[in-house]
Amino acid sequence: MSEYLLCLILFSIGLYCVVRKRNLIKIIIGIGIMEYAANLFFVLAGYRKTGRSPIFSADQQVLNMVDPLPQAVVLTAIVIGLALTLLLVAVSIKIYEKYGTFDITKINKLKG
Amino acid sequence: MQLVPYLIIVPLVAAFLIPIAGKRMKDIPPVLAACASFTLAILSCLIAAAVITCKVAVYKVGNWPPPAGISMVADSLSCLVLVTVNTVAFLVAVYSIDYMKKYTDTWKFYALFSLMLAGINGVLVAGDIFNLYVFLEIAAIAGYFLVAFGVEAESLEAAFKYAVMGAVASVFIFLGIGFLYSYTSTLNMADMAAFMTMNNSPELVVFVSVLFLMGFGLKAALVPFHSWLPYAHSQAPAPVSAMLSGVSIKVLGIYALARIFFNVFGFSHAISSILITLAVLSMLVGGLLAFGQTDIKRLFAYSSISQIGYIALGLGVGTPLAIFGALFHLVNHSIFKSLLFLNSGSIEEISGTRDLGRISGIISKEPVTGYTNLIAAFSICGMPPLGGFWSKLIIILACIQANRPVLAFIAAIVSILTLAYYFRALTPALFGKEKGEGGSGQKAGWAMAIPMVVLAVLAIAGALLIVPSSANGAHILLKDAASVLTNGKNYAMMIMGAM
Amino acid sequence: MSPIQEKGMSLIVKTVTKLTVGFILLYGVYVALTGHLSPGGGFAGGVIVALAFIHVMLAFGKEVALRRLRSQTLRVSIGVSALIFLYIVMAGFSGRSIFNCEITIPICEMAIVGFGLFAIFTALVLLSKTDKDAE
Repeated sequence: MSEYLLCLILFSIGLYCVVRKRNLIKIIIGIGIMEYAANLFFVLAGYRKTGRSPIFSADQQVLNMVDPLPQAVVLTAIVIGLALTLLLVAVSIKIYEKYGTFDITKINKLKG
Repeated sequence: MQLVPYLIIVPLVAAFLIPIAGKRMKDIPPVLAACASFTLAILSCLIAAAVITCKVAVYKVGNWPPPAGISMVADSLSCLVLVTVNTVAFLVAVYSIDYMKKYTDTWKFYALFSLMLAGINGVLVAGDIFNLYVFLEIAAIAGYFLVAFGVEAESLEAAFKYAVMGAVASVFIFLGIGFLYSYTSTLNMADMAAFMTMNNSPELVVFVSVLFLMGFGLKAALVPFHSWLPYAHSQAPAPVSAMLSGVSIKVLGIYALARIFFNVFGFSHAISSILITLAVLSMLVGGLLAFGQTDIKRLFAYSSISQIGYIALGLGVGTPLAIFGALFHLVNHSIFKSLLFLNSGSIEEISGTRDLGRISGIISKEPVTGYTNLIAAFSICGMPPLGGFWSKLIIILACIQANRPVLAFIAAIVSILTLAYYFRALTPALFGKEKGEGGSGQKAGWAMAIPMVVLAVLAIAGALLIVPSSANGAHILLKDAASVLTNGKNYAMMIMGAM
Repeated sequence: MSPIQEKGMSLIVKTVTKLTVGFILLYGVYVALTGHLSPGGGFAGGVIVALAFIHVMLAFGKEVALRRLRSQTLRVSIGVSALIFLYIVMAGFSGRSIFNCEITIPICEMAIVGFGLFAIFTALVLLSKTDKDAE
């Protein structure tokens, strides 16, 4: 149970970071933390105590493995997260060139 | 059904060939993108024609039987949205041949456009929930890039806000998928639905519903989650706004929401009341905020929020007639809203500004843009012979039929509100005296004019969708699509049967 | 020294980079080519190759790194590697068993390295402080 609780705490830290921080880079880090919390949760959902790694070989039976599906899913999710982080960093570099600041409260050319 | 995977392969091939053609051969990227979207439109029509007779087409990837393997499912609902999406996308691609000439590095635009199209088609044919998430992310990330395409201060800011909010929404959706997987131990939606009918749904499902409602609600810009939409849609180049507003928010938001809540979870009273609350909020807030807008694209963006409210209202009421109306409005709205955004692009080119106070006399300057804009505005306001009137009427009638007169009243009021703000904003812009100054005064080329005219014709022909006759394939498709949602739980049996 | 070489970091960093970058590249290629036999797959190989170029860029500045690897090459390699990916996917669609085939495994590996190159490309675009049309 405690590991799920840790997941929740990690997720909350990320959400806090996204909502409260004013620096663009810190917001991006916050999004990263949230993603990792979700990924961690997904991997834990497939975990089994005393399970072994899900590699098939001729001398072993398909018994008592941890669930391999969440691992494949999380690998994909990590790549998606990478693309998203790259996008956000690229946009924030361009924003820095245009506005000369990383402070989100000073980036307010859009009105309304 | 062997054709289904090509819906994803064709745009991906185009997206990856475009960087190879690159900058040197300037003419190839637009032609490739337009060809790919044309092929997609034809393909989706073929699939839809097949689905009208056989009801559902399932493609098993690598011939692995689901739920172990990945499946692609095209049922009536997917086909209805597929045909709409790909037709609109083709017309937008043709439009952008001319429009995008003023930007540099346009090959990036066409590559991302094709990628976005691949993502959207992928969401529509995904048979398992994780693939739905992956394709949703592909479409969304391509969308963030496209919003920032102008690389001006405002568009970058809009893209950053959109991307941060979209990312948070995606994390919520992913977390929801995690909970759902740990409960049902499957990712296949049909399998999940079968599992849920056999077991009583615990509190967990309520929690997951909330997560999904937050995630997909943000993608659909329902009201508490709408704040990104006016920025993103007004700062993107016109074809991108048309794609985002006409296609993206419906597929990524409404379609995914409907598919999961109706077909996987099963429609419940709680979801219905939440959806209705959000819908009414969206309709009112979007409509009222549209009044104060001076920027033509922001006006259209707020009106999108308001119209999405109608669709969500129809889904929330949940009677067969209401769902029929909601889907009908979805099709209509994606036609006329993309037309309005394409118009806004050429209006901006003619008068050099998006400020409604300074746009005037569009009809005399440029009749094609002016009259098509008039038709689209009439349709969205609900003028009688046009498609928008019938879909709104059906939603209002369905509310009365479901014994919810208050909702019907609100829907009617918002319809009048829509008429009022379009009338206030567009009358001077379209008919006002020409002020001469400003802008290039440049006429739209054929590549910009033809898509607008075709979309205007479609906006008029949209009314034909409600004509019940056995020869009217579109009507049958619409009815089948509505029945897919109405008989939500049959989805599992239908898919399993098709395997 | 030419003006280009004066950019970047100190002499120590440049010398160490010159010595190590070849090994990093070699290791990246090794990981990519043996990816199908090792846990984690060949994906990390592409990233290590990308890191070698980022290493050069950090030490010598953007111009030197870009001279080594033209943007045209990068664009074509993105396109080609993504198309190879797509070919593999389509081979899977058509129901052939691709994972037993002797030829496709090296193709997979190449595609994965190409994907790593894609990562470099984006990294270069990110770190470029000049305008977008510098290419």
